[in-house]
Amino acid sequence: MTATAERPTTTIFRRPSSTKGLWSWITTVDHKRIGIMYGYAAFTFFIIGGLEALLLRIQLSQANGEFLTAGAYNALFTMHGTTMIFLFVMPASSALMNYLLPLLIGARDVAFPRLNALSWWIFFFGAIFLYSTFIFGTSMAPVGVDGVGGVDGNLAPGGGPGSFNFLADSPDGGWFGYQPNAGPLYSPGTAMDYWALGLQIVGLASLVSSVNFLVTVLNLRAKGMRLLRMPVFAWMTTITSFLLLFSLPIIAVALFMVTFDRQFGSLFFAANAGGDPILWQHLFWLFGHPEVYILILPAMGIVSEILPTFSRKPLFGYSAVVFAGAAIAFLGFGVWAHHMFASGITPVAQAAFGLATMTIAIPTGIKIFNWLGTMWMGRIRLHTPMLFAIGFVAMFTIGGLSGVTHAVVPSDWQQTDTYYIVAHFHYVIFGGAVFGLFGGLYYWFPKLTGRLMNERLGKAHFWLMLLGFNLTFGPMHWLGLQGMVRRTWKYAPETGLEPWNLAVTVGAFIIAFSIFIFMINWFTSRRRGEESGLDPWDARTVEWMAPNPTPEYNFAVPPVVTSLDHFWHLKYEEDTEGRAVRVDHADEMLANIEHDQLNPVSPIHLPNPSYFPFFFALGLPIMFYGVIYHRTPWGKALILVGLVISLAAVIGWAMEPLEEPHGDDGGLAEHDQLELAEAAVSPEGSDPVLPPAGGETESSDD
Amino acid sequence: MTELTHEASLEHAHPEHEGTGVDDRKLGMWLFLSSEFLFFGALISNYLLYSNRAGFPGVYPAEIYDIPFTSVSSFVLLMSSLTMVLAHNAQSRQDVNGTRTWLFATAALGAIFLGGQVFEFTEFIVNFDMKLSTNPAASAFYVLTGFHGTHVAIGVIMLLSLWGISRRRGGLSDKQGLNLELVGLYWHFVDIIWIVIFTVVYLLSVPPA
Repeated sequence: MTATAERPTTTIFRRPSSTKGLWSWITTVDHKRIGIMYGYAAFTFFIIGGLEALLLRIQLSQANGEFLTAGAYNALFTMHGTTMIFLFVMPASSALMNYLLPLLIGARDVAFPRLNALSWWIFFFGAIFLYSTFIFGTSMAPVGVDGVGGVDGNLAPGGGPGSFNFLADSPDGGWFGYQPNAGPLYSPGTAMDYWALGLQIVGLASLVSSVNFLVTVLNLRAKGMRLLRMPVFAWMTTITSFLLLFSLPIIAVALFMVTFDRQFGSLFFAANAGGDPILWQHLFWLFGHPEVYILILPAMGIVSEILPTFSRKPLFGYSAVVFAGAAIAFLGFGVWAHHMFASGITPVAQAAFGLATMTIAIPTGIKIFNWLGTMWMGRIRLHTPMLFAIGFVAMFTIGGLSGVTHAVVPSDWQQTDTYYIVAHFHYVIFGGAVFGLFGGLYYWFPKLTGRLMNERLGKAHFWLMLLGFNLTFGPMHWLGLQGMVRRTWKYAPETGLEPWNLAVTVGAFIIAFSIFIFMINWFTSRRRGEESGLDPWDARTVEWMAPNPTPEYNFAVPPVVTSLDHFWHLKYEEDTEGRAVRVDHADEMLANIEHDQLNPVSPIHLPNPSYFPFFFALGLPIMFYGVIYHRTPWGKALILVGLVISLAAVIGWAMEPLEEPHGDDGGLAEHDQLELAEAAVSPEGSDPVLPPAGGETESSDD
Repeated sequence: MTELTHEASLEHAHPEHEGTGVDDRKLGMWLFLSSEFLFFGALISNYLLYSNRAGFPGVYPAEIYDIPFTSVSSFVLLMSSLTMVLAHNAQSRQDVNGTRTWLFATAALGAIFLGGQVFEFTEFIVNFDMKLSTNPAASAFYVLTGFHGTHVAIGVIMLLSLWGISRRRGGLSDKQGLNLELVGLYWHFVDIIWIVIFTVVYLLSVPPA
């Protein structure tokens, strides 16, 4: 923030400089390291959410199960959903987007490297805050309405036989926290406060990164990379960012309202005081439906990279895929009430939202046929990433078709809150997003490590996961149609639901085993995998023109893009009959590219690490702990402490230049350096003496 | 100061990249503000849902608005947009004193508006017994206008920071000038939202018959 001419020689802290060890990770602003941290955090929560699911499935594997208490069951299904959506799929997508977006568009970093670190640390502390509910949270029985005393039919949190009751003191209102059930009257105790405020923090992280990604895409594309030459994954990142930008403020408002209701006595959702319970559903799903596309669009982008590479054909209908993605996002804001057909909204609204929901099938169908068209007549290589991509297309199609059945209102009435719904959204989120994400991990693993993952273990992972997945979620369709309600803790033996439930549980353990294989593969391949070289998959897009593993500066020579699938066109040309033929000197050219990218002609200046994102983010959970306990003096103190930490970090941040002056510049002011660098750029844009591809970050947004 | 033209030195555009030509930070601010519209949109919708729903206990906000008073404080806030533009204009003419004066004037007008809001809230709570927990319409009113007031307060802090930097350093550099422009964007946004709130929430809102 300070101008270079008047820049103070010392800031509050000495500038962090370590490149190894814990502090280097805490202070890093490198999009790749941030992506890696996102990835490991997301995977950790995948394991935790998965263990929660396994506990649920053990309870349901037999009729009248006595494994979990009712309270533990409620807490586990709530935290399973919350974890998988907000702490696994979103940050896992964020991991891949962070790591790859600058590479895909030929940039050195994102537009605001320190804001990027801020997003990550906000997410990290928000997730810890949310999960600290298992330690600090309390969940009590409803106290009753208007002196009637007790609420009929509600079990006490620890109700029923079973064990694991210590888990019951955590959020238990379901992942969509319907009001007034999750309000102060029916969910006393602090657990739902942890939930509401935890999601608030995690949402802020996504909001910050959405702005960052959008500016990156709009302003930092490599020369020649016009918008419609961007890889589809970069496009889907863009569209996802727009969705985040416009849907997160709505859930932020809704969560603030919940917090005000629970902590400060406002009456937004208090049905007994005239508050409207349906308002929460509108606000939640107005965010929640775009959220569904926030989960799936990145995976669609990943698959749109993998399918052409392994079919050795261009993506069929590239622009149609891009526009279909945009159409899905746009329509996604107009269909939210299909989650509410059973809530008593008017028939006109039901018809309108039913029709709008059906129209989403059109752009989705376009995408599916484009993917099929990409594979059609291709010379398909069935490597692990390709298997996952094909698995994605197949499983997502099943989930998409069951989704269309929800658009038919009378049919949806039958399905609402049954296992049929559970089957549907696991087919799209697990069968869709998670298959896509795993495909992306196998595909881009070389960018991370310079090595390939083991194919044999990868294929074992894929087939086991596909089997386990279908065994888990396929039978849920029939269970739901037979009337098994969602979120039921128990079912009676005479319902006849037991055999399929047992099959579902077996399937869940098969999935768990397949994930175990993946972990073995990941950690062994990291050290001992086959070396990948520059271009292991004969890829099409420019991220493969950077060496593997990716150097800190990404590209020593930023690519100059001349076409869609630029990298492919460098390697292949058409013969007289229109077939792709590898050019004679391709291998020599790849060796040259690798050599040039590994040996920058002169030093490349990168944004310096910074302490401040970490400390700014650290202040938020402290403040929010204070909000939960604001009736106590130490609660008020915590608010103040958190505020001071964050504020101090903002000031430090504002005083800290993005890049330190360099010793060899003889004290030139920063904008002079910039001009020199700009003057030095040759017309081909191949001069490596470029300023870092990062703008100055800014303190003025709150 | 160098002889660089003002605009050229401000634009932190990337000649080596394909892009919009708009400075990264300015673009980021625009995107952030686009998100803020949805934030206030949701809050205003809440208010509209409850403002004239019959049968709540206690008073409705629309029964006790002091329209002349709020008109004056709205006018004060709108004038602060003018002084903000004047500050920006002075900065682009390298007029150090003018920049400083208008920055301070903008912050002062914002502070007067906030004072008006504090007075209004106190009035409503003490004289009319309308609290956050009186009824859903009151909840919606306080949370909406409270969040707007918080935005104004953050804006005032940013304006005063720029003013302080200008005083300490004897003027704002080009880079700080861009910050001034960003704060200006934010400030105008906060004013525009207030125009909507004043029209929809104050002027057009009627209590249930």
